[in-house]
Amino acid sequence: MANVFTRVGDWVTERAPGLMPAYRKHMTEYYAPKNFNLWYYFGSLALVVLVNQIVTGIFLTMNYKTSAAEAFNSVEYIMRDVEWGWLIRYMHSTGASLFFVVVFLHMFRGLMYGSYHKPRELVWLLGMLIFLALMAEAFMGYVLPWGNMSFWGAKVIISLFGTIPVIGGSLVEWIMGDYLPADATLNRFFALHVIALPIVLLLLVVLHLAALHEVGSNNPDGVDVKHGPKGNRWDPKAPTDGIPFHPYYTVKDTFGVGFFLIIAAFIIFFAPTFGGWFLEHDNFLPANNLVTPTHIKPSWYFTPFYAILRMIPSFFGTAFWGVLGMFGAIALLFLLPWIDAGKVRSIRYRGTGFRVALLTFAGSFIGLALVGAGVVGEKLVEWVPSDATFWENTFGRVMTALYFGYFVFLWFYTRLGWEKTKPVPERVVFDHD
Amino acid sequence: MANEVVDHGRRRFLTATTVVVGGVGVVAAAVPFIKSWEPSARAKSAGAPVTVDISKIESGQKVTYPWRGLPVFVVYRTQAQLDALPSQDSRLVDAKSNQGSAEQQPAYAQNANRSIKPQWLVLVGLCTHLGCVPDFVPVMKPEPFDPDWKGGFYCPCHKSRYDMAGRVYAGVPAPKNLLVPPYHFVDDTHIQIGVDPKEAG
Repeated sequence: MANVFTRVGDWVTERAPGLMPAYRKHMTEYYAPKNFNLWYYFGSLALVVLVNQIVTGIFLTMNYKTSAAEAFNSVEYIMRDVEWGWLIRYMHSTGASLFFVVVFLHMFRGLMYGSYHKPRELVWLLGMLIFLALMAEAFMGYVLPWGNMSFWGAKVIISLFGTIPVIGGSLVEWIMGDYLPADATLNRFFALHVIALPIVLLLLVVLHLAALHEVGSNNPDGVDVKHGPKGNRWDPKAPTDGIPFHPYYTVKDTFGVGFFLIIAAFIIFFAPTFGGWFLEHDNFLPANNLVTPTHIKPSWYFTPFYAILRMIPSFFGTAFWGVLGMFGAIALLFLLPWIDAGKVRSIRYRGTGFRVALLTFAGSFIGLALVGAGVVGEKLVEWVPSDATFWENTFGRVMTALYFGYFVFLWFYTRLGWEKTKPVPERVVFDHD
Repeated sequence: MANEVVDHGRRRFLTATTVVVGGVGVVAAAVPFIKSWEPSARAKSAGAPVTVDISKIESGQKVTYPWRGLPVFVVYRTQAQLDALPSQDSRLVDAKSNQGSAEQQPAYAQNANRSIKPQWLVLVGLCTHLGCVPDFVPVMKPEPFDPDWKGGFYCPCHKSRYDMAGRVYAGVPAPKNLLVPPYHFVDDTHIQIGVDPKEAG
C-alpha cells in the first residue's frame, strides 16, 4: 500500500494539475541570484510583518468597539482586562512601525542596486502602490484608538484635501461624514482599515511577487543572471549563477526572521511606546475636539512627508502648495524608472555623483523626518531662542530642496553624459570585497 | 445555421452599446455608495446656535465655547491690545480682510477690529491651514516664534501666527485670517453664536 500522503498528493494532482508546476515555478525552480546580501532580507521580513498585522488585527477586532463613545475605553479594556490583550495590541502597534522600518530599507535597497530599472518597472510601480496603500492603512489604523492624537492627526490629514481648489471644502465633509472627525469618520475608517485596504494590500503583494518572478530578481551587482551562462547543479538550462529560492533563500530568510523577531520581541516587551515614537504620549488621552495637543505630529514614518508640507508656505491665498509638495515627493518616487536614464544599475559600478546624490537623498529624508517630528525645532529653541522658527524653516527648506534635488540631478546626470561608470562584470561577483 | 456570414460591424456596434449602457448602470449604482459618505441627516441637524454668557470674562481673557462641535473663541481684548493692531498691518497677509480673507467674516465684522464691538472678538478657533486649535498667546513680549509679538494666536501644529484680531501673518503656512462665525449680542452680557444680527431682528 502506497504511503497515505502520496495517495492524497496524487488525488489532488489529478484534480488540480497546475498546482505543483506553480509551486515549482515560484519556489524550487525560481532561480534567484546567489549573491544576495543583508539588504535582501527586508522583502521577506515585510511579508512576515504583514502576516503579524493580519493575525493580531483579527484578534483586536474581537474586543474593539467601533464608536466614538467607546473606542478609547475598549482599547484600554484590551490593554488591562483582556487576557494577553496587551501583547496582541503591542504586537500590532509595534508591527506597524516595524513595517515601515523594513519597507523603507527595502525601498532603499531598490534605489542602491537599481532594482527599478528596465525590465523591473512594474515590480517597482506595484511596490510603490503597496507603499501608498500601507500609508493609508497605517493612518486609518492610528485613528481607531480615538486618542487625542488620533483625532487631531485625522483632522490635519483630512484637511489636506480641503486645500484642493474649488472642491476642497465639500470633499473634506464627504470624507469625514460630519463637520469634524466624528463617529461616522471612525466607523468608515474601521471598515477601510480591517476590510477594504487589507484586501487591496494582499492583492498588490501577490502582483508584486508575480511581477518579480516574471522578470527575475535583481542583485547587488545589478547584472541579470538570466543573461549569464546556463546550467547549474539542478537544471542544465537554468542560470549558472542562480540558486533555487527553496530551500536556499527560504532558509536564509528564516534566519533573518529569527533575528528580526528577537528585536521585535525586545521592543514589544521592554519599550512598546519606544519613547513616544511608536505610540505617542498624547494618544493616551481621549479625543477632545476643543484641545489640540501641544506638539501635534504624525507617526514617525510620516514625518519626512509632513515636514515637506510644513516647510512650503502658502502663496496666492492657498495652502495647496505644501500638499502638492508632499504628494509630489511620493509621486516622483513612482517615476524614478523614467527619471533615471542610467544604463548601469548597481551603486557598485555607478559614478561617484550617483553615490553622493543617493547619500544626500537619504540624509535629507532623515533630516526631514527630524524636522517633521519636531526634534529640530526643540533643539533650536535651546540654541537660538529668538530665531528658532527662522532656522528651523531654513534647515527644513534646504532639506526639502535636497530631497527634490535628487530627482532633478538624476535626470540631468544620466542624460547629459556626466556619469562616469565603472566596468560592469559579465557575471555576479560572488565574493565581492 | 444556414447563414454563416458574420457581420463584424453589427457585432462591434452591439458590443460597444452593451458596454456603454452597462457602464452607465455601474456609474448609477455607485452613486448611492458615494452619497452614503456625506454627513447624515443627524449630523446636519446637530448644528443649532448656542447662546453664551460673557459677563464673567475678564479683560484680556479668552473663553472657548463649542458650537457645531467647533471651538469658538470669545476674547475680551484690552485697550492696549486694540491699540497695537494697526502697527501689525504691514506684516499681515490681508490686514483689511478684503482680499483672500474677504469670506472669512460676515460683513458686519469686516472692519479694523474684525468684530461687532471693538473689545469683543469672536472667532472659530481653527487654524485656516489644516484646522488645528491655535494657542492664545495674549502677552506682548518677544516670543521664540516672533521677537516682535504683540499678542495673538499661535498654532502649535505648523507654527502659523495670527494677531489679536485673528489676522494671519505673512510667511506662515496658513493662507487666511481666522474665521469669524455669525453672531450677535442678545444683550450686553450674552451673545448668540450661529445667528446674524439681522436674522435675530
